[in-house]
Amino acid sequence: MSTLVAAEVPESRSSSGFRFAMLLPGALVTFLLILFALGLVLFLAFRGNDGSLLGVGLTVENFVTVATDPLYWTVTLRSLVIAGLVTLATVVTAYPVAYYLAFHAGRRRGLLLFLVTLPFWTSYLLRVFAWKIVLAYNGVLNSALIESGIWSEPTLAFLNTPAAVVVTLAHAYAPFAILPIYVALDTIPKSLLEAASDLGARPFTAFRRVVLPNSMPGVLAAALVVFVPTVGDYVTPAMVGGPASTMIGTLIQSQFGKANDWPFGAALSVCVMLVILVVVLVARGADRRFGSRT
Amino acid sequence: MKAERAGTKRDGRWLGLYVLAYLVFLYLPVLLIPLFSFNDSIQAAFPLQGFTLQWYETLYGNPALSGALVNSLVIGAIAASGATLCGITVSYMDLYGRSPLAATISAIARLPILIPGVIVGISLLILINLIGLGPSRVAIVLGHILVALPTTVVVMRSRFAAIPRSVREAALDLGASDWTTFRRVMLPLSLPAVLSAFMLAFLISFDEFIVVFFLAGTEPTLPLYIWSQLRFPRSLPTVMALGTVILAVSFIIAGTAEFLRHRGLGAARRNPA
Repeated sequence: MSTLVAAEVPESRSSSGFRFAMLLPGALVTFLLILFALGLVLFLAFRGNDGSLLGVGLTVENFVTVATDPLYWTVTLRSLVIAGLVTLATVVTAYPVAYYLAFHAGRRRGLLLFLVTLPFWTSYLLRVFAWKIVLAYNGVLNSALIESGIWSEPTLAFLNTPAAVVVTLAHAYAPFAILPIYVALDTIPKSLLEAASDLGARPFTAFRRVVLPNSMPGVLAAALVVFVPTVGDYVTPAMVGGPASTMIGTLIQSQFGKANDWPFGAALSVCVMLVILVVVLVARGADRRFGSRT
Repeated sequence: MKAERAGTKRDGRWLGLYVLAYLVFLYLPVLLIPLFSFNDSIQAAFPLQGFTLQWYETLYGNPALSGALVNSLVIGAIAASGATLCGITVSYMDLYGRSPLAATISAIARLPILIPGVIVGISLLILINLIGLGPSRVAIVLGHILVALPTTVVVMRSRFAAIPRSVREAALDLGASDWTTFRRVMLPLSLPAVLSAFMLAFLISFDEFIVVFFLAGTEPTLPLYIWSQLRFPRSLPTVMALGTVILAVSFIIAGTAEFLRHRGLGAARRNPA
């Protein structure tokens, strides 16, 4: 308490010039590039397309089209299913890795953390491209299967399928999931585990009733950082997905490209943001539920 | 007790094997790119056809490629400087500014994590057309500052937070102005994190594709050049040679950034003053 009071005194000398200079770059970027730019998207979504930059009139027609045309329902649903599967796959496969890092890694922890985060910083485009090499008709998987005699003919069944999109995205976003779960597991007090085992809980019971609920905030954070970029992805569907895996990001991109209907693309973007908002709120609610249990 | 400990040890061994398999899954597809970049065949398929450096030779004297490379380096350096500057100021004011405005800015600065890249791209595309800039290198710089911002804010914020509050209070008590305290005390103490944030922001910009796709004018960046080449099967080996070089450089930069970040944090814990 005393340090707080002591800090009060110098703070009052705080020069307004310093504050202004320190707040300016962040304020410019956040208010202009983030809030104003997103506001523009929202504004454009309620305009009609006349080929001009900001459209004409004030209309909800774009949203009516999104809501009534079954194509957009199909694509949105597909995006949600693909992103949901990717999220599930990355979180479930990442959990044991995070668990190992938190409880078993010992001296190897620093090195392992570095190894799992390293791919995070390398080209996303190259990581997706690598899967194209693996899954192609004359690709690695086919040639390996033929070499080993399991397959006699190369198959087209790998590339250009929604499954290829799921595998590729799950691989590309794997490192995103490990860190939040690891942080959540690492901050569980060891005394909780000891108490559980002292009270006679078997290791699996202790895991299910103590470790898992306590790590849920990390799991939810991991799910969110994987779900958000994958639901709007348009590169992976274009490279390994084929026409059957068009996602909502692909549609948005084409509205600002070939289709050239910016207001409609903006309306689609608003819908995606609404979906993400719902997911965030659900995750928040779940987080609070688990949070209150600890 | 003994049996239990043996049990957890056995669990640890199984988990260790799982982690090993996971790392193989993580790295194997990526490592195929360097492997096939040395393969003497236009097709990326097994069995390998023999060792060659010819694909690396095609990287030399390619004006489109070197133009894209220079673009990416310049844009990466400027965007990383901007993102690092914003990361420093935003997180510093968030921690010490004691104003709702600073806290709001910091919260919004981390918001791009919750926005898919395609929407960041199109929102900036509308903005730059509105202010008359149009798709250009400046537009790409703005986009990349935005994409790298959450990372630089998080890196800088954790570094500033690790400096004991008493250090800053002592400087202020001894009569240093806010500006002097920031420049002579807080910034030097967080220098490793500044370098780390800069390097990570540079890497993000250098490898970024989803946003840059909407903002590039007539001068492509390296990922855009790669994307344009992926359509031609004949140029795939060259793309893989280029990809190998990029992977190697990315690994080195990311490794250095990680090293700096941990060394900085370790030094702060060992020697708080």
